[in-house]
Amino acid sequence: MSKPEFIYVTYIETTPEKLWHALTDGDFTQRYWFGARLRSDWKAGSSFEMVRSDGTVSDAGKVVEVDPPRRLAYTFINQSDKYKNEFPALATFVLEPYGKLVKLTLTHEGFAEGSKFYSGISKGWPAILSSLKSILETGQPLDIPFEALKMEA
Amino acid sequence: MDEVFKALADASRRSLLDRLHARNGQTLNELCDGLAMTRQAVTKHLGILEEANLVTTYRQGREKLHYLNPVPIHQIGERWIKKFERGKLAALSELKRQLEKRDE
Amino acid sequence: MSKPEFVYVTYIETTPEKLWQALTEGDFTEQYWFAHRATSDWNVGSSYHFTLEGEKRLEGKVLISDPPRKLAYTWNGCSEEVRRERTSRVTFDLEPRGKAVKLTMTHDNLDEAGVTFRGIADGWPMVLASLKSFLETGRPLSDDVRTIQAVAA
Repeated sequence: MSKPEFIYVTYIETTPEKLWHALTDGDFTQRYWFGARLRSDWKAGSSFEMVRSDGTVSDAGKVVEVDPPRRLAYTFINQSDKYKNEFPALATFVLEPYGKLVKLTLTHEGFAEGSKFYSGISKGWPAILSSLKSILETGQPLDIPFEALKMEA
Repeated sequence: MDEVFKALADASRRSLLDRLHARNGQTLNELCDGLAMTRQAVTKHLGILEEANLVTTYRQGREKLHYLNPVPIHQIGERWIKKFERGKLAALSELKRQLEKRDE
Repeated sequence: MSKPEFVYVTYIETTPEKLWQALTEGDFTEQYWFAHRATSDWNVGSSYHFTLEGEKRLEGKVLISDPPRKLAYTWNGCSEEVRRERTSRVTFDLEPRGKAVKLTMTHDNLDEAGVTFRGIADGWPMVLASLKSFLETGRPLSDDVRTIQAVAA
């Protein structure tokens, strides 16, 4: 059995610059990323954190690659005890413009076989990226209750 | 509609439909599992169900998956059951009306 | 060993009924499914087909029709390139999640050596992104997606 890898492709009517901003600005991510503020100075090697609305850190890692507005890569792992034996995995965003559209490809890799975190992110990403597409195209994020994602499988 | 009634007239065939209703898309092996019928008999029954359009199949590799079509049964319900219930209810309310009139 | 499958999850702000309609009615598919028009009575056992400018491009048989929750059909491409490939299967699961619908598209029993398998990894995200845009904004993905198709071909 090979190591699990999560790949998600979507097409959004927006500009690469707006999409880049949506992926990296904490005020903006808070609106569609289920309340999470992404916090980093976005330099390769810098720390990366997802901060909950109560100020606590849910996920943490490191920025690996920054090439705006084309490529963004960072590692992170959820801070819960549940995943204490797991290592941060690498999430890479590739933004390719096609006229009025941007093709966004997310590859999340580096998970060990049987990783519980992999199972969690596989459920989380489609909801987060769907909400991202909605907010960029309609001005409103998706109204999905977080519990409905059933991420705690 | 005759083929549907004939297909449903057999208890073994009805039990196959029950199984597909509980879990759709089963193979012949899965359907035979735990049944007193022989594999040959199950195949024969599935053939009759398919003829009556109660089951449709899909070949996946060397196996064939069986899918339930509930529409013919639903149509029986609409055409032959609801219609008679309506009649019965109307008769009951008419009876009630007559009894009330008599009591006045 | 199981055959390869492609699974894509998206969340769309719409109702299960509207989404079902968009997946099955030609007037709608023509708008977001790159001018492909669907025709069928969508009863189990019935056939369906998608035409492009009157020419049949995709056809198959309905396996599951449980509106507005679950739809499944066999998939046979009509072009010379793909007509000899194994008949694959597509399943749509529609689950309400708050004000959105979680749409899970599973395309399985694919010929791993075939053209279809390579094509759908890009094709489905395009069609489903267009469907989402169509239901949320009233407009499908812009025509620029055709250039992507041309480049990918």
